[in-house]
Amino acid sequence: MNQDLPLRKQSGDVRRLAAEEAAVAHTQPLSIEIAGVSKSYETFRALDSVSLHLAAGEFVTLLGPSGSGKTTLLNIIAGFARPDQGRVLFGQEDVTLRPVNKRELGMVFQNYALFPHMTVGENVAFPLKVRRVGKQAIAERVAAVLRLVRLDHLAERSVTALSGGQRQRVALARAVVFSPRIVLMDEPLSALDKNLREEMQVEIRQLHKKIGATTVYVTHDQREALTMSDRIAVMNKGRIDQYGSPEEIYNAPTTTFSAQFIGETTLLPGAASDDRSHVVCDGCRIRSAKPLPDARDLVVALRAERMLLPEECGETTNRIPSRIADVIYQGDSMLVLADVGSGQRLSIRRSLRVGLGAPLPATGEQLMLGIDPADVIVVRAN
Amino acid sequence: MTSAAWIEAGAIRETRDRDVVQAERREQLMLALLSLPALAVMAALLLVPMAWLLGLSFIGDDGSVTLANYTRLFADGSLFTSMALTVQLALGVTVICAVLGYVLAYAITLMPGWAQTLCLALVALPFWTSALVRTYAWLVLLQRKGVVNKMLVASDIVAEPLHLVHNLSGTMVGMVHIMLPFMVFPLYAGMRRIDGDLMRAALALGAPVFYAFRRVYLPQSLPGLVAGIVLVFVLSLGFYITPAILGGGKVMVIAMIIERDVNLHLNWGPASAVAILFLVSVLGLFAAIGRFLSVERIFQGRG
Repeated sequence: MNQDLPLRKQSGDVRRLAAEEAAVAHTQPLSIEIAGVSKSYETFRALDSVSLHLAAGEFVTLLGPSGSGKTTLLNIIAGFARPDQGRVLFGQEDVTLRPVNKRELGMVFQNYALFPHMTVGENVAFPLKVRRVGKQAIAERVAAVLRLVRLDHLAERSVTALSGGQRQRVALARAVVFSPRIVLMDEPLSALDKNLREEMQVEIRQLHKKIGATTVYVTHDQREALTMSDRIAVMNKGRIDQYGSPEEIYNAPTTTFSAQFIGETTLLPGAASDDRSHVVCDGCRIRSAKPLPDARDLVVALRAERMLLPEECGETTNRIPSRIADVIYQGDSMLVLADVGSGQRLSIRRSLRVGLGAPLPATGEQLMLGIDPADVIVVRAN
Repeated sequence: MTSAAWIEAGAIRETRDRDVVQAERREQLMLALLSLPALAVMAALLLVPMAWLLGLSFIGDDGSVTLANYTRLFADGSLFTSMALTVQLALGVTVICAVLGYVLAYAITLMPGWAQTLCLALVALPFWTSALVRTYAWLVLLQRKGVVNKMLVASDIVAEPLHLVHNLSGTMVGMVHIMLPFMVFPLYAGMRRIDGDLMRAALALGAPVFYAFRRVYLPQSLPGLVAGIVLVFVLSLGFYITPAILGGGKVMVIAMIIERDVNLHLNWGPASAVAILFLVSVLGLFAAIGRFLSVERIFQGRG
């Protein structure tokens, strides 16, 4: 464990904890309403009449690949960009034309954007100085918020002398020190390595619970989105593809894009059978527990971890004839690749818990793979 | 592990540390040796001539060692008027260049890539013509029946042609033109390195535009600004051609005094004394400024 992230607090911190909760006020969060917002850059349509409602206090993630419009949408919420059409409301107020420095936002940038000529403490004090808070009050608030991100011992340090994780926490502290009602974060963890990123995800989640501000978080990392969010807006080509809780997005994607972008998924194109009881794919027929979408051309999305080996299949399980192409050891799990029909490659992930699960197949074996109808996701083909 | 073994391990570690330290020292020495040629060039081209100049300033008309050159300078008050004028001129040029250069450099950083290249080329273009040619060009523009006065009179802005040249202001115009690139390039190089997200962050956190500029952008651009100021100021102190032509004999800068003394006395001594005295004064000036402004602080962008 690196030294800037002591996961367990030292004993004797209980009193201090109570003090910091009191000093960093829980804010009255504001809802955000995005109504029919469009934005084009020359010929590129970055946002195509996007509408989104964020309830007060929610942690909402804008998830999508680069170019999907998520950063443009964040910039419009922040006030760095003006929408060509549509409105942005904070609570009941229309802020579409309000300049960025009048929006009372806390903002965290991708590369932290800490002021290199200031110390940690001066960086965190900046939003308070701007707001002409008294010296004494500034000192108290800065100390409290630095304790909250566990950097109180580094207040005098120059920000250029900090590690990536520490810089990230200074940026967080600076964004929340003035108790903003809305906090925006633009891929704040993308510069960190994997382990640190996962720890910071949990930390930001907990910070959000303590502060209570409505938070808009931009990322292209689906696991990050699932970990942190109350709701996820999946974005694709300037539109909101799907908006819902992590469970909804994962278990019931409504588009091929959502289905593919989140989770480890194989898409099998197919068509509805005449009686609409199942989907006919290349080399197999798949039944779903839910009614099929109202279309002829459909796509079956199969999550790798929900796939079953022959021994695990029951009466009602869908059967998919396949040939094992490769078995890959990945530490915590095995990845099995199987060829289905005429050359479709299917992923199967087996968790490697001790004493559980069927014996693994061998490369080249012909197998009947299975999937429970309840686990089958069927979406309309594009 | 036994305590004896511990001690032994400690001793081994200590020996190794000593070896490492020695190796590091050796490496530093080798690196220092690599800089010897540069040091030799500096010594040959800078220190030796300076020492020569210093020596010459103590040699009288008859070749004896004397303080006469200096006593004569202190007796003749015109030298100090000239020194003050030179510093005043250099300061004026520096301030004007700093203001114009800052705005220009900032504007260039905001342009798209190709326009940046073009504008920097335009800034650098005057370097391709000699200072003499540019100075005469200003004379043509600014003289009593020059282009500028003709336009001013023709458009009824002024009734009489203005005295634009053969004075201090005319000299300044010419010098600013020559010096501006020396301000723009270091400023531009510094501003290029400033992360654009810093201003965005300052604005997002609620700072008014001017506050964000003063507290975030300006401190970050200070190293470039200071480099430009020092460069322009020092170069302006040594100007000769431009004040001679555009000053019309009224702007007696120190370089002209030195030239006059060489011609007047047909001896290097008096002129050397002027140069040395001026050099010492300027060094004193920088030392005084350095007391109030820490250079390291500026170059950490912490001004």
